[in-house]
Amino acid sequence: MNKVAVIDYGMGNLHSVAKAMESLGKDVHVDVTSDAGRILAADRIIFPGVGAIRDCMAEIRRLGVDAIVSDALQQGKPVLAICVGMQALMDSSEENGHVDCLGLLPGSVKRFGGGQSLLDADGQRLKVPHMGWNCVQQQGAHPLWQGIADNSRFYFVHSYFVAPGNAGQVAGVTEYGHSFAAALSKDSLFAVQFHPEKSQHCGLRLLSNFLHWDGSARPD
Amino acid sequence: MALAKRIIPCLDCDKGRVVKGVKFLDIRDAGDPVEVAKRYSDAGADEITFLDITASSEGRETTVKTVEAIASQVFIPLTVGGGIRTLEDIRTMLNAGADKVSINTAAVTNPEFVREAAQRFGSQCIVVAVDAKKVSAGNEPDRWEIFTHGGRNPTGLDAIDWVRRMVSYGAGEILLTSMDRDGTKIGFDLALNRAVSDAVDVPVIASGGVGNLQHLVDGVLDGGADAVLAASIFHFGEFSIPQAKQYMAEQGITMRLDI
Repeated sequence: MNKVAVIDYGMGNLHSVAKAMESLGKDVHVDVTSDAGRILAADRIIFPGVGAIRDCMAEIRRLGVDAIVSDALQQGKPVLAICVGMQALMDSSEENGHVDCLGLLPGSVKRFGGGQSLLDADGQRLKVPHMGWNCVQQQGAHPLWQGIADNSRFYFVHSYFVAPGNAGQVAGVTEYGHSFAAALSKDSLFAVQFHPEKSQHCGLRLLSNFLHWDGSARPD
Repeated sequence: MALAKRIIPCLDCDKGRVVKGVKFLDIRDAGDPVEVAKRYSDAGADEITFLDITASSEGRETTVKTVEAIASQVFIPLTVGGGIRTLEDIRTMLNAGADKVSINTAAVTNPEFVREAAQRFGSQCIVVAVDAKKVSAGNEPDRWEIFTHGGRNPTGLDAIDWVRRMVSYGAGEILLTSMDRDGTKIGFDLALNRAVSDAVDVPVIASGGVGNLQHLVDGVLDGGADAVLAASIFHFGEFSIPQAKQYMAEQGITMRLDI
């Protein structure tokens, strides 16, 4: 039995990620929970998130999810952070004024366009949120990219993006007006801005890779 | 290497079946929604929109079960609309597996509902559906008004003012239907699409009137749409989704071709 805990801190739709994981095999057991004991008893952890960062951070702190995630990482347990889950790992976000985040990865979260129009290379205005299927350029090999072609399209929906503090942690890059970190990796942590659970074949492959990942950043 | 424009097949569902009529008349059966959604997803649809046209509460339970079944088998974004009136309705649909909800009449009767919904669930899952009809005479500048109840009830609201207001309240996307074109197969109202797309920062989905693949291209290139929604051209096998994507790509539009 491969036990996956999806951290439930009351923010958004966890059904999608749970169903996507369950579709990957009969031996996959998904537990959607906020209970520290149950989360840390799982083989691997998904840290999702949608909605506004201030509300997310308030619930993360209230339920002690911050300590759970750092404990899991200290144990070398595989952790996959998705969307606002990824943003919550950074030092801070400029959404909702300014919000201090978990500081588990260096860098900050900024708004596309920063209050001005976001333009593409031809000077055309780009819509915000960045919504739809965009290419992810892999930055080197990683077990979670195994079997996924470079520049494959994944589904994004977000108005804020991660500006990483350590370029060496960037695992994937996407262009939208400028390039931004679509994926970060550090030890047993992998974080993605896109939604693998909504990204059809490529997304399910990434989730399947996560299910079989031992948490080491080396490619097999 | 840019964001792809999206093709969104729309499933109008009544009592657990996909149906399609012309201007809400002449309803034809188009299949089981789970099978249809799965078929479209396998064919490369970029999202699925499920519009529940069932009125009875019994039918609503069927809808929740159908959304759950689709979400367990289809791993692309799913939008659910039709009869979304309360925060509880939104919670129910998101829990059933919807990624976004589409709000139409309730936004007109209580605009604050959109603000509350975006604050509670995030703008990324709040789509405001707008049914607009041209009300200006031939010699006047173009003007469109918002209608509800399938185009029967005028509201007196100017469409451009309305979409700006909805976005300022937190709508993350606009689903724009031309009531003049819906079901006609003569193409989108491109002037309406362009005016709405230019008026707001958020993505706009063009809907209503698609009869051939060039109409999809025109919606993006002339109407400024970020996504195109169609039902009947796909339901009855006139065109396939891969055909539509290939055609749009040949006209220079960025599409997701490798699925």
